[in-house]
Parts: sequence; structure tokens; C-alpha cells
Amino acid sequence: MSRQQVYNGNELISLAALDAGCRFYAGYPITPSSEIMEVMSKRMPKVGGGFIQMEDEIASIGAAIGAAWTGVKSMTASSGPGISLKAEHIGFACITETPLVIVNVMRGGPSTGFPTATSQSDLMQARWGTHGDHPVIALVPGTATEMYYETVRAFNLAEQYRTPVMILADEMLGHLNTMLDLPDPATLDLVERKLADPKPGEKYRPFAMDQGDVPPMGAYFRGYRFHLTGLNSNEYGYPTIDPAMIQAQQERMMNKVANHTEEMLKNDAFNLEKADILTVAVGSTGSAAKQASKDMTADGNDKLGVFRPITLWPFPEKELDALIASGRYKGLFVPEANLGQLVLEVERINRGRLPIQTLQKVNGFPVTPDDIVKRVKEVF
Amino acid sequence: MAAVKNINFEQYLRQDYRGLQWCPGCGDGAFLQAFLRAVHELGISQDDMAVVSGIGCSGRISGYIDFNTMHTTHGRAISFATGIKLARPDKYVVVFGGDGDQTAIGGNHFIHACRRNIDLTICVINNNVYGMTGGQYSPTTPSDMKTQTTPYGNYDNQFDVVNLAIGAGATYVARESVWKPVALARFFKKGLQHKGVSVIEIISNCHINLGRRNNMKSPHAVLDWIKGKTVTLEKAKTMSEEELTDKILVGEFVEKDKPEFTEQYYKLVESLKK
Repeated sequence: MSRQQVYNGNELISLAALDAGCRFYAGYPITPSSEIMEVMSKRMPKVGGGFIQMEDEIASIGAAIGAAWTGVKSMTASSGPGISLKAEHIGFACITETPLVIVNVMRGGPSTGFPTATSQSDLMQARWGTHGDHPVIALVPGTATEMYYETVRAFNLAEQYRTPVMILADEMLGHLNTMLDLPDPATLDLVERKLADPKPGEKYRPFAMDQGDVPPMGAYFRGYRFHLTGLNSNEYGYPTIDPAMIQAQQERMMNKVANHTEEMLKNDAFNLEKADILTVAVGSTGSAAKQASKDMTADGNDKLGVFRPITLWPFPEKELDALIASGRYKGLFVPEANLGQLVLEVERINRGRLPIQTLQKVNGFPVTPDDIVKRVKEVF
Repeated sequence: MAAVKNINFEQYLRQDYRGLQWCPGCGDGAFLQAFLRAVHELGISQDDMAVVSGIGCSGRISGYIDFNTMHTTHGRAISFATGIKLARPDKYVVVFGGDGDQTAIGGNHFIHACRRNIDLTICVINNNVYGMTGGQYSPTTPSDMKTQTTPYGNYDNQFDVVNLAIGAGATYVARESVWKPVALARFFKKGLQHKGVSVIEIISNCHINLGRRNNMKSPHAVLDWIKGKTVTLEKAKTMSEEELTDKILVGEFVEKDKPEFTEQYYKLVESLKK
């Protein structure tokens, strides 16, 4: 049966989640991500998974984490203020190494901000939103098609690295209606959870230190009982105050991302060979930059190249560093729908080598190709 | 089911855990034994029960006992438990937390679990104070009592956990003190068997962070105070309103049938298969 029809971006996230095997969703109504929960309320019971609208944002991620430990792929979604509320439990998911997908359909902020308008102002919140050192994987889809496939990839990364993965969509993509033909879910490459299966008499160690950076995931009610806590814990999940164990566990947790960054990265590159201006942009702004590059080429100027990280965190540091070091570019250009977040990471990697120009738009409207062409002409 | 006399409680306690953090004389051990007695007498397998707890002295229970356990965030244990129960409605899911944990920071989850009538056994261990953080007043600290944040005596108002649960729609509600572990075990058994949300409030004693600042330096002094304040529902019927002032009623307050949340949900799942 063909799955070709008009979908909105939020709907694509929900459908992708279900196709990826998500069987638990807990959420709370919030603009502009509510459609994700609405689609889940309709479809999740049809596939036999758990759906629940919780009493608040904090509870919805709590329920999603609880369900994940029964062995199911689990998801929650929200937008800026809701993500702020979820922050504590994002940290709990990090320290308990819980596979979980968290969607943030970004809207204007801070606080209640501009709920019905688009924004990219939560890029740094995705990196540092919860307290303490913690590993972060965040994906930024830039097209309707990517809303679907990056959601699938988010589930795969969550399972593979036993950690929460955030999808940073935005209001514009969330509400964008696009004609798409979705794949047969059977054709998707999915990472399925391999649950720990300790031998009789052997104790399951949820935070084992001798099984690589990612210890096997366990589940409740499978005959091996274990403990989880938000406290620093030892291999068995019991709280510990042993300094060496705390240091080692924290480092292993961070190494899940640090040692596997290359496996997590995905970048889109456009016109990087001919260009002499290197644009670094993510999400819908990245897509606008590609269109701006095409528009400029049509006008006889093919000098705008676009490097668009689809995995934002961890950041493609080596890749950007190599581009900057190539000597091909006279400057860097960082357009974004916030007042300067992505540019901080670009500045850090650039280390002063190339001049950086920016375009920072926070009036609730998306950065358009015309905005970019105009700005490039102004500053380069 | 008949009461079992000699229970080997060690089978329920994690022998490899690094040790209890409860002060000597704390009431939490008494209700934990009552809880384990209830589990044992019902013959529930440790593999078939999840125990989820919040932050605080009583929240540490989940680490001490050998079930499928999760020590969560402050006040939010019920939310995690809700996810576990909805994903595995065939299993027992029990929540432990204190008065501060479940009626202050976690109040919203508490009332909504009651409204939802999801089959959780929620144990509110009420020692009338924030013990682990050093003795600040909680929503259940009695009037005029001194704590680290009511140095001149408590001028704030209180929650009655039982009334809160009843008002929010809980379908099994009971209260007893650690002074009466046999009655407590009976209520735990009823709660675990009840289809729907059960709220069991346990009045516990904290002589370290409540008692000693209020002329009750020993565990026994606090227990005596609790004993003097608690009145069974039967006894209360024979007492005047004046006599009941400042008393805590104990017993079973509510036991009723109402559609349970996960049962309703999976009925929907079944109906959509047709």
C-alpha cells in the first residue's frame, strides 16, 4: 500500500517513531508540538503500545523513562518551556543510561516567548539544558524528509548508545505540509534492543565497566533484579561515594559520545568545492542557505558553500576544522534563528583563522534564502 | 491468608548494598518490615514487583530491597511508576516516598495518580518533616512545631494526606502508624490486592529532625506522641468533635470499585484490533 500523501512535519516524527518500533509515548499538550501527541493518541493503541497524556511535562518524561526500563522503545515530545521542565529528568535518563527519544519542536523564547512561531534558540539548551556533565546526542532535521529519517536515526542512536537522543525540530518544519512517500517500515535499518541475559546466579550490572563504553541494557521483570538511581552509582546501580568509581563511571558515560562521535555524525555539504564563503547552518536555516546558494549560482555567483551538520551534538569538529584549514574560504558565514548560539561553536573551532559573519533572526519568522542572499551581499 | 510467623526477611533485602542510611530508632524500618510481611504473605514473587521511590529518607527503600527497583527524582516517583505500570500492567508497581516528596514537590503526580485510578500502591511515609535535608518543615508539619525553617514554630497550614487522596479520587485509602505494624501489614496487603490506585499513609517517627527540636528527644518519645494522637475510626465514632481536635484518624477510609486506567487503555487496544 502506497504511503504517499501530504504530511505535516510533526506527523512525520510520530509516524517515523512508530515505524522505528516506538511502543510507548507520554506527553503533555504544548504548541507547536501537540500534533506529535495527537497522532500518537490515535495510532499507538492500534499497534498495542502504551500512550498516556500525563499531568505535566516532568511526568511525561518520567513515564517515558519508566517504560523504557520495561524493555520498550519510548518517546516524549515538547517545545521550549516543556523542555526546560523536563530538564531534570533528561539528566536522570543520562545518568541511568536510558535509551529515549526527546523531541523539541523549537519555538520563540525565553519563557512563554512566541509559541506559534519558529526559532532555533534551544541549540545550547539541548547541549547544556540539564545540570552536571552529561553526554548529549542532538539531531537537527532540515527538511520534511529528514523529520522522518532523523527520527528513525534518533531511535537507532538511543538504542546503540543507551542514552537519550534529542531531535531539534522547529515550528516551521513541524507545521510544514509536504507530499511524501514513506518507506515500507520493513525496509528500515533499525537497531533493536538486545537485552542483557545474565546466566543464572550471575548478577546483571547495568553500569558494567568491563564491557566497553556501552554496557548491555537490561529490563525489569526478566528474572534478574537490579537497581537504578539518579545518584552516582557503582556497576550494580547502587549509590556509591567511592571517588575512583564516580570518576570512572562519569568518564565512561561521557566516552559513549566522545569515543563514538564519528559514528554519530551526519553532515550535508553543498557547493563546498567552488565556494569561497563557507556557510555553517543547521535545520531549516541550513536548508534556506542551500537554496540561497542555488539562487546565487543562478545569478552567476557560485561562491556560497553550505556545511550543514544534521547531528549537531556531538558537533562535527574535525570536519569543520578541515574545511577551515583547507584554505579555500575567505570567510565563514553563520546564519541562525537565534541571537548567536551555533556561532559560538564555530568560533571555538575556527580559533580566529577566518573572519566570521552572522545573520541572527529572532522575530518569529524563519531565515529565508532571500535573507541569506541579502546578508551575504552586505558583508562579503 | 493467614499471618506467617517466621519470615526470613533477608531474602528481601539486598545483602550486597552498602548499608542502611536510616538513623537508629527511625520508624521507617518498622513499616518496611510490615510491607515485606505483606508481600511475603501474599506470595508475590520479587521478580513480579517494581518498587519506585523518590528522594528523601524513605526514598532510599528502593535500594535496600531486592525487587525491580528505581530510585528516581524528588517527588516524581509516581510518574516513572506510571510508565512502568502502563507498559507492564500485569506486574505489581509500588511507590514509596515521604510527606515532602509526595505532597509538596510531587503533589501534582500524587493527585493525578489518584484521579487516574492507575493500579499503583502508593505508600506515603509521613514523618512530618524533611528528614534527609536536615529538618525543614513539610506540608504535614503540625502547627507550632519547630523545624529548621520554622524556628519560631510552624505558622503554615497542613495537608491531610488521606483527605487529599480521597478528594482526588483514590479508590483504596488507609492510614496507620508505625506503632501498629500488624495493622499496617494488613493495609499493605489490601492495597497490593486492590485493583486501582491505593494510598497508604504511614505515620512514622523522626526523633532526629523533628522530635529533638520539639521536646521529644528519643524515638520512644515521638512514638508516644504519635500513639497519643492516633484514634481508630471505630473509636472516633464514640468521641466528640472537641475530643477529636488534633487527633489523627487511622484505619481504612475508602475501598471502592472504579475502572482502572491500564485496564481501560488495554480494552481500547483490544477493541481497535477488531
